[in-house]
Amino acid sequence: MIDWAYLFEVSLTGIASGGLYALAGLAFVLVYKATRVVNLAIGEMLMVGAYLFFTFAALFALPIWLAIPLAVLGCGLLGALIERTMIRPLLGEPPISAFMVTVGLASILVGIVEIIWSADQRRLPEFLPSTPVMIGDAFIAPKVAWGAGVAVVLIGFVLVLFRYWRGGVALRATASDQGAAYAMGINVPRVFSIAWVASAMIAAVAGIIVGAIGGISSSMGVFGLSVLVVVMVGGLDSVLGALVAGLFIGWVEAVAGTFLGGEYKLLATFLVLVVVLMIRPYGLFGTHEIERL
Amino acid sequence: MSVEAVTLAFGGVKALAGVGFDVKPGTITAVIGPNGAGKTSLFNTISGFYRPSQGAIRFRGEDITALPAPQRAKLGLARSFQNIALFRGMTVLDNIKLGRHAHLRTNVFDALGYFGRASREEAELRRDIEERIIDFLEIDHIRHASVATLPYGLQKRVEMARALAMQPKILMLDEPVAGMNREETEDMARFILDVRAEWGVTVLMVEHDMGMVMDLSDHVVVLNFGQVIARGTPAAVQNDPEVITAYLGAGDVGELRKKLRGGAVLEPNA
Repeated sequence: MIDWAYLFEVSLTGIASGGLYALAGLAFVLVYKATRVVNLAIGEMLMVGAYLFFTFAALFALPIWLAIPLAVLGCGLLGALIERTMIRPLLGEPPISAFMVTVGLASILVGIVEIIWSADQRRLPEFLPSTPVMIGDAFIAPKVAWGAGVAVVLIGFVLVLFRYWRGGVALRATASDQGAAYAMGINVPRVFSIAWVASAMIAAVAGIIVGAIGGISSSMGVFGLSVLVVVMVGGLDSVLGALVAGLFIGWVEAVAGTFLGGEYKLLATFLVLVVVLMIRPYGLFGTHEIERL
Repeated sequence: MSVEAVTLAFGGVKALAGVGFDVKPGTITAVIGPNGAGKTSLFNTISGFYRPSQGAIRFRGEDITALPAPQRAKLGLARSFQNIALFRGMTVLDNIKLGRHAHLRTNVFDALGYFGRASREEAELRRDIEERIIDFLEIDHIRHASVATLPYGLQKRVEMARALAMQPKILMLDEPVAGMNREETEDMARFILDVRAEWGVTVLMVEHDMGMVMDLSDHVVVLNFGQVIARGTPAAVQNDPEVITAYLGAGDVGELRKKLRGGAVLEPNA
């Protein structure tokens, strides 16, 4: 007999942690949409954001309200640096080149983190409220709930920006046709920069929350693996897809992990991926063009 | 605008070698030439996609050779593409609106509040675009349609509308009637003439349809193998033996002249 109340509680927790997948997925989609670069280093950028926060908050003992913006800005700077030095020189090269660069970038970032901060697991200072959050009779861990809240607000903000801000329109135009956008007076290289910076900043926020929930280590980049599943299920270039698939994958992981056992978590998510790819190879909400890598 | 001795090389291949000509304000100038003559390369150089290795491009007396494409768009160079380059997935109206992107000046804060300058500009933009361009190009019935679903001829027209929304001084059309039937071609020819009449826009076009080029143009520039082999009025160019050779190969020139004068449509590969 299924315990409905328990299922409800597990589902809520799953969907809440799915909010973080959605947020990281958004960071991925932003870059893919604007630049057609599959950024495999998204998990590692997330990690750098978390470590920057750790440095400012724990090592320099700065107040939290200062440490978070500093970490986010620092990560944005990293995004700008990556775009300028590694991605822009590859403009016009086949997509596989940039793809391979991001594979290397992931290793470099892990290496840098291990050199500077060592490979030890660390805990971030507590900064999220710790009163339990109750929805009806269901209990959600406060950090997970707050993380989901932040994710929802940020995603909403980006969606609105996309729709109404001229820069967002420029980004959509660039995504659709770079040549035409360029001739239309849209500064395409700047759109590239902005996309990478925004993506890195969003990744930093996601990283800080993920770190606050589960601690940080040089291997937390594997979070990016689940994010890849999310964006492939949702469609590489769909913000809405990242949102829906993020929540869905979060839910699947939680339910599979609870009722089948922790070792079935990844099996379940990848099963979802395989099924979705068989039915809709471009993802649930993706554009019907497929980049073969 | 003037193109001065522009040379464009890809490795050892010279796509353009010392190409020079003037486009006088208010005229319709056509660039013709066999396939691979360098017409599209020339267009890409003028609009800023390629940087020439030698020579200069001047626009209203100003040297714009080093300016990137978006800057040139702001100055008033608008172009269409040989293979339609519309923003697929957006509506006709959205595409046209993007044409005025270059001229909008708002910042993030305006847009977030969505009032002040942003909304005023938006309102002005809408009026301007809707009243003039859409009516003018007779695309009123499809304004909310997604561009990807439109037939080819209409897509070409939307692309022209988008270029017009940039409020250009020079409208550059890369093969505006390629692949169109006779009726669509005549419509487009009429639009091009009307654009000049109504807005005083200078037109520079690349075209294969000889009948259209000869009917519309004030000035024709003939390219072959990256070089200008003739320029002048349509009539003068039509009778230039070098042009006839370039198009049809050496042969009985007198016979071919007769054909050309008869106004036959010439397509290099036809």
